[in-house]
Amino acid sequence: MTPSATTAATTPTFDDAVARYEPVIGLETHVELGTASKMFCGCSTVFGADPNTQVCPTCLGLPGSLPVVNEAAVRFAVMIGLALNCSVSPWCRFARKNYFYPDMPKNFQISQYDEPLCENGWLDVEVDGKIHRVGITRVHMEEDTGKSLHVGGATGRIHGATHSLVDYNRAGIPLIEIVTEPDVRSPEVARAYVDELRELCRALTVSDVRMEQGSLRCDANVSLRPRTAPGEPAAPYGTRSETKNLNSLRSVERAVRHEIVRQATRLDAGLRVVQETRHFDEASGTTSTGRSKEEATDYRYFPEPDLTPLALTHEYVDAVRATIPELPAQRRARLAGDYGFTPTDIVNMRNAGVLDLVEETIAAGAAVEAARKWWLNELARRAADAGVTPTGLAIGPFDVARITEMIADGDLTDALARTVIDGVLAGEGTPDEVVAGRGLKLVSDDGALTEAVDAVIAAQPAIADKVRGGKVNAVGPLVGAVMKAMKGQADPGTVRKLLLERLGQ
Amino acid sequence: MTDVIRFSAARTAAAIAAGELSALEATQAALDRIAKVDDRINAFLHVDVDGALAAAREVDRRRAAGEALGPLAGVPLALKDVFTAQGMPTTCGSRILEGWYPPYDATIVSKLRAAGVVIIGKANMDEFAMGSSTENSAYGPTRNPWDTDRIPGGSSGGSAAAVAAFETPIAIGTDTGGSIRQPAAVCGLVGVKPTYGGVSRYGLVAFSSSLDQAGPLARTVTDAALLHATIAGHDPLDTTSVELAPPAVVAAAASRNLRGVRIGVVRELSGDGYDIGVRARFSDALEVLVGLGAEVVEVSCPHFTYALPAYYLIAPSECSSNLARFDAMRFGLRVGDDGEAGAEEVMTRTRGAGFGPEVKRRIILGTYALSSGYYDAYYGQAQKVRTLISQDFAAAYERVDVLVSPTTPTVAFRLGEKVDDPVAMYLSDLCTIPSNLAGGPAMSLPVGLAEGLPVGFQIMAPAFADDRLYRVGGALEAALEARRGHPFLDDAPAL
Ligand SMILES: [Zn+2]
Repeated sequence: MTPSATTAATTPTFDDAVARYEPVIGLETHVELGTASKMFCGCSTVFGADPNTQVCPTCLGLPGSLPVVNEAAVRFAVMIGLALNCSVSPWCRFARKNYFYPDMPKNFQISQYDEPLCENGWLDVEVDGKIHRVGITRVHMEEDTGKSLHVGGATGRIHGATHSLVDYNRAGIPLIEIVTEPDVRSPEVARAYVDELRELCRALTVSDVRMEQGSLRCDANVSLRPRTAPGEPAAPYGTRSETKNLNSLRSVERAVRHEIVRQATRLDAGLRVVQETRHFDEASGTTSTGRSKEEATDYRYFPEPDLTPLALTHEYVDAVRATIPELPAQRRARLAGDYGFTPTDIVNMRNAGVLDLVEETIAAGAAVEAARKWWLNELARRAADAGVTPTGLAIGPFDVARITEMIADGDLTDALARTVIDGVLAGEGTPDEVVAGRGLKLVSDDGALTEAVDAVIAAQPAIADKVRGGKVNAVGPLVGAVMKAMKGQADPGTVRKLLLERLGQ
Repeated sequence: MTDVIRFSAARTAAAIAAGELSALEATQAALDRIAKVDDRINAFLHVDVDGALAAAREVDRRRAAGEALGPLAGVPLALKDVFTAQGMPTTCGSRILEGWYPPYDATIVSKLRAAGVVIIGKANMDEFAMGSSTENSAYGPTRNPWDTDRIPGGSSGGSAAAVAAFETPIAIGTDTGGSIRQPAAVCGLVGVKPTYGGVSRYGLVAFSSSLDQAGPLARTVTDAALLHATIAGHDPLDTTSVELAPPAVVAAAASRNLRGVRIGVVRELSGDGYDIGVRARFSDALEVLVGLGAEVVEVSCPHFTYALPAYYLIAPSECSSNLARFDAMRFGLRVGDDGEAGAEEVMTRTRGAGFGPEVKRRIILGTYALSSGYYDAYYGQAQKVRTLISQDFAAAYERVDVLVSPTTPTVAFRLGEKVDDPVAMYLSDLCTIPSNLAGGPAMSLPVGLAEGLPVGFQIMAPAFADDRLYRVGGALEAALEARRGHPFLDDAPAL
């Protein structure tokens, strides 16, 4: 970690920095909710439409327009709050956050201020087998802004642009902001927190949580304080920086890591850390200064007078609670207990997008290990080749369960099973129909097989002699030749056994 | 039918329904009257001749087809230029919206159109409804038909003047701190601020969201009730509108019975600072009410004294935020976009050029009041006063059914008399502001003349008891007219 050559001489390593300073990290995450319509109007939220086609008087902030709260967004927010172990406020208000910016239609954002919808929760995060509890300060609702496109400059940034275009399709999309306590102490835990939060939102099906599309974005607050000896009181928090809009898990970890080293460098040099927002540059892995918080905008928050307060009844909250599905942590515990999956197994299956499919395949009768192996390797690769998600493949858990059953029964080899998968994917029917249609049943009657074995021994006398002479391992090419003659419809183990028998071994 | 313009809305609609008058004739009469007098009054910012005639023909067609018509079908109406209506510009009396044609109808506009009401055009107003004289319009002041050297009140001065000058029988105004009732008072009309939440605000360009309310201006209590009933009701597009059936105001207006009605005179809304003539007419009206069988008592609302300062914190605070959207980006005026200036610079130049001095004053006041470090002392404190005023009302309504006061401390003042003294101008709304802060309904109706100019009498009622205003107002109007022998507006000089 060397931010630049000129400071290299005085820059500590990361390990050195965290040996002397304790990082104090808090995270603010914005999640775009996957509601069909926007937060305060009926416009569609579908991503990727032509600019300014999903707008109306309300989300354009036209004079006279008024907001109406989207009930689905409130429900999703309550779900997130409950899943994060928060208390849900029985009465709260929206607030206006006032500042001028061209992509903000009303020049204020409808948000929440001192009366958030949910407060005081926590999320457990596991890193290397150790659980870290991250306190959740608040979960509140707000609307997204439009998107500015700066034209004419070199970098697409506002600096140097000749003019700007604004797309208001995103304006008014419901956002949830989730703010943690400053409980995180390492870049790895920061990353794992965002990862876990993302999985949680995915399990709740409240958002597609695509960081690269911006439907989940993260700001990291980082400060350092000197470590104190055990038993001594902790030092007060240092001044923090806020690195904005981190749009991948890797960026979260790298940005926090970089900030820790950068701040340690300054503190070592006797400089103070400036309270400011910073931008993370993916290419260099470094952060650079944005606007200083010390000259921060006064947002002049006040209760939104165009909306009545949200007064959620116990019954409503309980009804929402009843819809919360199994959460990722509960699921991991169950998968470990029921199937013996390790955390690594689970991460691998999750990342490959096959975890649900594996579970369904096991439920359909497959052995645990076979279900895991076939989805994680063969089928995930097929999906990648076809450019679809594994769930988008034309083969499902029942088909895969049947194939693994046929393998277990000795009716198919792995190689033949792949051929069956080809057939199912090609639309030739169920695995049984493909086996019948292609005549793929494994040949195990000794008549045809013995004939082929004898033919191969006769055709390759030199190799046969070697085997007869005791070089058992030389039998390989003969097995291959028999399998070829049988068009693969034989079990290689049986073939080998037969060959060795015939050759006196 | 040369006197069609002097018909009440109820009579106009009845004549149309009976086939004695066509909607087209009624509309043409209004257009002719506007052509004749409006260069002296300046009530209208925009007259939609084609749209009005088309709407009138549609009413006539529906009548010919035997369709049932509503009680205001074919009646011309002046719409305060603070509402969006497709086919007409919306300026809010401001340069910053000059030339803006909204792409949607306000909810009350949809309701008016559905009822067959003929929207003649857009009425002048103080810029963004900020003012008490219509002198803050960017398009020149409106004049009072009783005396064209005097103000018609504000901010709904154009709406009031249009009705008082017999240009239209009815008009829509908005009332944030008295902007319907004070113009009604000084123009000799009936004006009602409905209960907050009783009428949709969707399409009403917001000045102060928690105070703004649309309502009727008319020459009779019954006409006001008919218009009130037409625009009232829950709107899913305005979550601050309530899901309650609108009060039965039309029936209440026809009731002449005040036996057993308890009327409270607000002690704090009288005394020094109130014109002698205003006080005299107010006392006369109380005697009439007693004569009608009402019981009149004095009540105290001690926190009303703080209503004006609280209002001038809350309303500017909300306005500073509501008016932030006028930034040259998506609609309206754009100044200084010379290819060099950045967006922020263009916003600054546009707002500098587009807003008038009173609007700027209130934006600055509100921005300050909401600032970090001042919020609790100003906005927060004002909200507490608001609660105390609501409690004063609640306590009073335990003893009485309605509260009454003069609508304004004075009769219409002269144009230019208070333009350089904002605080003197603000005092025009002393009696009307408490109802906006507490949300309850209130009416002003004419109870006589002082110095030859109309004096308004204010009736206030608990939230969602708007019918009480009409019951008391209808009876008082009838008694005064019986004594006078002719409608109040007949005393207005001919134009
Ligand atoms: Zn919209």
